[in-house]
Amino acid sequence: MTPSASHTLPFQSPEDMKRIRRQLVREQRALSVRKFFRNKLSVVGLALVMLILACALFAPLITSLMGVDPYTATMSKRYTAPCAEHIFGTDHLGRDIFARVLYGAQISMTVGFTVGLLSALVGVTLGLYASTHKVLDNLLMRVCDGLKAIPNILLAITLMVMLGANMRNVIISLTVVSIPGVARIARSQALLAREQTYVEAMRALGARRERILWRHIAPNIISPVIVQMTFTFATAIISEASLSFLGAGIPSPAPSWGGMLNEARIYLYAGWWMVVFPAIFTALSVLGFNLFGDGLRDLLDPLSGQ
Amino acid sequence: MKKYVLKRLLSLLPTIFIVSVVIFLLVHLTPGDPAAAMLGEDATQADIAALHAKLGLDDPLLVQYGRWISNCLRGDFGMSTSVVGKPVLEMIVSHFQPTILLAVYSMLITMLIALPCGMIAARKRGTAADYTVSVVSMLGISLPSFLMGLGLVLLMAVWLRLLPASGYKNPFVDGFLPFLRYMTLPALSLGFIHAGYMMRMTKASMLEVLGSDYIKMARSKGVPERSITFKHAFRNAQLTVITVIGQGFISALAGAAVVERLFNIPGMGSLMVDSIEKRDYQVIQAITLLIAMLNVLINLVIDLIYGAADPRIRLE
Repeated sequence: MTPSASHTLPFQSPEDMKRIRRQLVREQRALSVRKFFRNKLSVVGLALVMLILACALFAPLITSLMGVDPYTATMSKRYTAPCAEHIFGTDHLGRDIFARVLYGAQISMTVGFTVGLLSALVGVTLGLYASTHKVLDNLLMRVCDGLKAIPNILLAITLMVMLGANMRNVIISLTVVSIPGVARIARSQALLAREQTYVEAMRALGARRERILWRHIAPNIISPVIVQMTFTFATAIISEASLSFLGAGIPSPAPSWGGMLNEARIYLYAGWWMVVFPAIFTALSVLGFNLFGDGLRDLLDPLSGQ
Repeated sequence: MKKYVLKRLLSLLPTIFIVSVVIFLLVHLTPGDPAAAMLGEDATQADIAALHAKLGLDDPLLVQYGRWISNCLRGDFGMSTSVVGKPVLEMIVSHFQPTILLAVYSMLITMLIALPCGMIAARKRGTAADYTVSVVSMLGISLPSFLMGLGLVLLMAVWLRLLPASGYKNPFVDGFLPFLRYMTLPALSLGFIHAGYMMRMTKASMLEVLGSDYIKMARSKGVPERSITFKHAFRNAQLTVITVIGQGFISALAGAAVVERLFNIPGMGSLMVDSIEKRDYQVIQAITLLIAMLNVLINLVIDLIYGAADPRIRLE
């Protein structure tokens, strides 16, 4: 292979460089994955997340296979303890708790995922544009401070009262509550990234602001945003459960875990199974996402944390 | 120092302003007509229009906001629509005591659990004790308070019958011991959650301090390890801890809503929840405003304490 005059070193043609780069990226990814799996807690987190996701995705399948469903209220079967037919027992209206818990996973996962994604999209956009405009930045930070001064639950409750209790409004309220957190992270990371030389170079070359923001700065701030997304997911699950527990969330007969706990609270002396199973599933999902998020953060951003 | 205090006090004003604007907009910009909600489903258009005019809902938003703010500054938070004719301020004051006591009690429990655990975890880093503390703090962060509360009620009240499952006893009227008996489970449920955060924060800040040079110096001088942990290192880790305590108090106040509903405690949280069910906007607005103001105030106090304790902060 005769090296052409434009290259200074042999074996460094553009195709070779691309190949080397791709291999490096692949190795780095394998290393990251291995590092992630070495952390036992993160693996537990991932397993829990997968379990709950499976519950949510396969809820219709499993419940139809077992012959139960979350909405049929049989008065003769109220307060049945866990048995062969109803493995988690029945509630105060005779509905099968196992089916309700599985469908509740659907609700929690939907709310968590949508809130996480929406708040990330809006938060990143706001944060990125704030990092460029001084005025917008000040306005945004002041509004975020104002929103932060109101405890999340209270803010969510107020929004829910104004909007009305249904799933769509729960998602809207929780997104509004979560946006300041993401916007802050996106903004501070974007400000850091702007100091880099390559951004200066691009500006000198006359690149438009949007192009710099979206094609170059955004991919670099993705990691902390993704970590924040997992925590937002966990917080959203807790918040939705708390809202439903207070009666300001998704109303019955929808099988939201928080709603089930709210209904079961009065019948605590009648049946522990009405409380224990939704509680366990809620705890496991939140724990799973928190552990997973911790593991992700240790992976992507080893400078932060303990 | 004086300049720092002044600066902090001045920055308070725009924050309070923004908070009040946000709360006002929340209530007034969202769909739904408070007048129609108050009159019910059978109201005629004429009735609704009349109520609109009476409540001043036809005025431009700016005027309504100005009116609301000037009322609040005078202590008039409006009239409740659920308990007809009762001033909101009176309702809040009568529900104030249980919530504050609950918050204080739960903060005490939090500090009692979290601070020693955090310190031990920092001292014995990498050992089984550290791992246990990590897991327990994870649990604390992940469990919503009502889950903890339900679990405790099941265990302590239903199965073991040690502590009561609901109710509230005023310590000044019914005695201190009954108060403790009734409040322990709620305070524990509320407190355990924040204990999780505080454990992590304490451990992190202790680790940071323990790695610094003056600690190494103290060790090489032969200062006993216990003295290093509890006297020297903790003193500097305290600042972070104070921040967490302040924020934990606000979280306790906010999270009290759920615990109060669970344990039937007639506090501000219960009031909030009842107002939700009855669509009593005035009360909801007032409580949210109050807690947000408290939040801003507590942050201010923490900033001032920081400035007093750490000269680096007030001179920057």
